[in-house]
Amino acid sequence: MDEIRGKIYGVSGPVVMASSMKGAKMHTTCHVGYAGLLGEIIRIEGDMVTIQVYEDTTGLTLGEEVISFGRPLTAMLGPGLLSNVYDGIQRPLYIVSESGAYIGKGIRIEGLDLDRKWGFNPHKKAGDEVGPGDILGSFAETESITHKVMVPPGVKGVIKEISKGSVSGRSPVCVLTDGKTIRLFQEWPVRVPRPFKSKLPPTDPFVTGQRVFDTLLPIAEGGTAAVPGGFGTGKTVVEHTIAKYARTDIVIYIGCGERGNEMTEVLTEFPHLKDPMTGLPLNMRTVIIANTSNMPVAAREASIFTGITIAEYFRDMGYRVALMADSISRWAEALREISSRLEEMPSEEGFPPYLASRLGGFYERAGKVNCLGNDGRTGSVTVISAISPPGGDFSEPVTQASLRVAGALWALDTELAYARHFPAVNWKRSFSLYYKKLSSWFEREVAPDMVELRSRLAALLQKEEDLNEVVQVIGVEALQDSDRLTLEAATIAREGFLRQSAFSETDAFASFEKQYWMLKAIFSFLDSSMKALESGVYLERIIESPLRTSLLRMQNLSNEGFREWAEDMIGKIEKELLSVE
Amino acid sequence: MDLISREYRTITGITGPLVFVEGIKRGSFGEMCIVKMDTAETRTGQILKLEGDKAVVQVLEGASGIDRDKTSIIPTGEVAKVGVSMDMMGRIFNGSGFPIDALPEIIPEKNLDINGLPMNPVAREKPNYFIETGISVIDGLNTLVRGQKLPIFSSAGLPANELVLQILRQARGAEEEDFCVIFGAMGITSREAFFFREGIEETGAMSRTVSFINLASDPTVERFFTPRIALTTAEYFAFEKGFQVMVVLTDMTAYCEALRELGSAREEIPGRRSYPGYMYTDLATLYERAGCIKGSQGSITIMPILTMPEDDITHPIPDLTGYITEGQIVLSRDMHMKGIYPPINALPCLSRLMNIGIGKGRTREGHRELADQLYASYAKGIHIRRLVAIVGEEGLTELDRTYLAFADEFEKRFIGQGEERRTIDETLDLGLELLKMLPERELKRLK
Ligand SMILES: Nc1ncnc2c1ncn2[C@@H]1O[C@H](COP(=O)(O)OP(=O)(O)OP(=O)(O)O)[C@@H](O)[C@H]1O
Ligand SMILES: [Mg+2]
Repeated sequence: MDEIRGKIYGVSGPVVMASSMKGAKMHTTCHVGYAGLLGEIIRIEGDMVTIQVYEDTTGLTLGEEVISFGRPLTAMLGPGLLSNVYDGIQRPLYIVSESGAYIGKGIRIEGLDLDRKWGFNPHKKAGDEVGPGDILGSFAETESITHKVMVPPGVKGVIKEISKGSVSGRSPVCVLTDGKTIRLFQEWPVRVPRPFKSKLPPTDPFVTGQRVFDTLLPIAEGGTAAVPGGFGTGKTVVEHTIAKYARTDIVIYIGCGERGNEMTEVLTEFPHLKDPMTGLPLNMRTVIIANTSNMPVAAREASIFTGITIAEYFRDMGYRVALMADSISRWAEALREISSRLEEMPSEEGFPPYLASRLGGFYERAGKVNCLGNDGRTGSVTVISAISPPGGDFSEPVTQASLRVAGALWALDTELAYARHFPAVNWKRSFSLYYKKLSSWFEREVAPDMVELRSRLAALLQKEEDLNEVVQVIGVEALQDSDRLTLEAATIAREGFLRQSAFSETDAFASFEKQYWMLKAIFSFLDSSMKALESGVYLERIIESPLRTSLLRMQNLSNEGFREWAEDMIGKIEKELLSVE
Repeated sequence: MDLISREYRTITGITGPLVFVEGIKRGSFGEMCIVKMDTAETRTGQILKLEGDKAVVQVLEGASGIDRDKTSIIPTGEVAKVGVSMDMMGRIFNGSGFPIDALPEIIPEKNLDINGLPMNPVAREKPNYFIETGISVIDGLNTLVRGQKLPIFSSAGLPANELVLQILRQARGAEEEDFCVIFGAMGITSREAFFFREGIEETGAMSRTVSFINLASDPTVERFFTPRIALTTAEYFAFEKGFQVMVVLTDMTAYCEALRELGSAREEIPGRRSYPGYMYTDLATLYERAGCIKGSQGSITIMPILTMPEDDITHPIPDLTGYITEGQIVLSRDMHMKGIYPPINALPCLSRLMNIGIGKGRTREGHRELADQLYASYAKGIHIRRLVAIVGEEGLTELDRTYLAFADEFEKRFIGQGEERRTIDETLDLGLELLKMLPERELKRLK
């Protein structure tokens, strides 16, 4: 590789200028100073380059050496990613912690353990012709996930030799007749999307087990959801809960500029939780990128690209991958800080003018695709990203840029959070662009009337809103009985159905069956009591009925047996409310 | 080491606390400098930016009185450090770490970089040790645990200092040998400084308190260093000496204003309401120093106090703080006017680490459900109170009136406990008792 050596000419926060760097290329990595801090060239002017440095620059001295290697910032992709924890530039944090509880400077450790042995099971043999994405062989990376060794993009030929049994990252697993070698791992530039054959339209929902999302605001597998909300409204809990319970094969969790203790929570909890797909420890399907708020900002900027590159790699194997990013706003702030050090012309709120296009480029890497390779497999990356708008005001640039590209918006609301109504989703401000496309799935897989029930739910919530405006003027007592009944049903829908505690043992994940039967019970109650009202039953009797209390508490019942309970309940409702003379 | 001393007499300009120097041959980012004035006075400077042979140096004591032609800058080859030792206990220092209690300088056991290093997330221990503060709204509804960062959002004229002192006085465990307090004050008045000193003396913890005090009349730039020195000292006591350290930082608003002043002197592009765009990251590098470490006895709990400008919780100072800390305790002028002490506005309060600190074996089984129920019922009471303000009491149902009465009692008795110290059992029992005002079918969240 052509190494270029220059000298430190200037330092300003995370940005370093180096002179005598003639020939250096844009977006290639450098080692900066005696400490060898990792950086990436982000501007070239004559022989002078500007470098964003992924570590704290305090102590860098004028004249210290800068070496450019002419290589882009890459992620190392291969076995050993799962259950690992990385910083934003893929340094393995468990290994880093062997030298102390604090992260020192200039630490360089490979993202994967090249010496670790894996029992390689070849799927191809000498003489086979292979192309990009073809699966050469596989082995269990963790108990729950099979790692598929793929021919890297751009490589094809005829196999001359292929290994069997114990292999490591040190030597090739496969040699082609033209002498090209294929190793257990690939290196891929994080800022370049990995290739695929074609994108597929959304057809299936990404199942979260959270009623307000699955029923009211679903996201498709391969879709994107943005979760904006002021501080303490529950963004992180949403990300954690989905990472725990979502029906997905792999989870990439990016803690981007957020709290250290939240990462610790994930790290200590996940090994003791069960993967809902396999029943095995949850960490076996998870890769964590932890670049907390006190870690260097430039590495924070890189973290989401490192994360999505790893996500694409598992997608390419044919897995359904969920990428959780908490929070995209912190990424945008990192971008802003670097941009302002470059003295670029700022746009709205000091963000650089390219904020929206960068962000768009990131969200575009989500999707369900036909993978490279000859076996016709599909894979997907679903992105759910938290947004932290200043002052909880959604009119700011990061929220707005995300809104334009996200397929679902789950807007969290401070007032609801204050009342401890969680998930604090403001259903009115939120939307899902996937709903229509997913309707046939709901009708087929859940129940023929699921879509109708969902519409009734949305209408009920809307009606409540309208009635509340009337109440503001004339008071509840002045409403008609049927309207007061509607308000009662809406309360049950909000408190009994939409509210869902992430910390409840029985209710943290609600199956579609449970969601459906909850709705059935609620509307059976509403319909029957309307009829009862018409036939002369007093409103008070309905409101004070123990049935109402049962409905408000039904969420605490577990998924198993819920349907039986609900059918029984509906029977009771009809008996009690409709059999009155 | 620098064998050749570097002394630059090439100041080209001065603005605010910043000095611009040319002809620098060697210099490091963040390096400390001696600013030698013609009056034989020396000040302390720090290199903020280097470009070619030009450097921007910020002067801790401020630049007033600096003569461009007669002042020289001497880089020391060191980044900002603080000398720490066990002898700091009971001592009072200024905002840059020099003793102001008329006692001799301490002999440092070691010198530590005040910026510290980021704690590796995998080395953190999940905080889970419940601290009983004796305050119902905190213990019952927004439980504090060791290793948490929990700020108090105050407003001008509200008794935040009193509340913090009450917590220091009452907190169970505060009398233990391994408990200590680090007090970092930025831009407080001498009256406040006196009040704190007296208050801490009353708690009997003075001999286990280290104070760093930057007064309102002290240089602004120093405020940038004070919390860092305080937290570096805290790390030394917690993770090298095994103490349970409680760090009180006040007033973070003065700290943020100092950041803004520096930013504008540097002609940076300002972010929201002219505070620097990097304020989130800057505050995070302070607050994230709270925590517990695997295999270490000690812990750092941080209680920052800030004043919300114009009582506005969406102002960047409380807003960014809330985005970093693990919850917040919010004081309100309304409650204060009603004569309720502590004047806590319970609804926007939060403790994110509560769940791991409570429950069976820690506080009591059903604590979570009880807290949720109290919150939901109080929120409903407040909602009805707002409605009444618009439509009057006529349209209210019987149930609505009960909720109104509940909200009043809750504020008067549960929140407004005065100087009393309540055990967690007393707090939870009172909560249950208050809920009895409501019909049972309304208590949806209780098991
Ligand atoms: N689904 C939920 N069930 C129960 N409690 C919840 C739920 N969501 C949020 N909470 C409560 O709200 C608190 C704050 O949530 P969270 O930390 O997720 O907020 P956030 O939006 O990520 O805030 P920040 O932007 O400051 O990081 C949690 O500690 C928890 O007590
Ligand atoms: Mg969060």
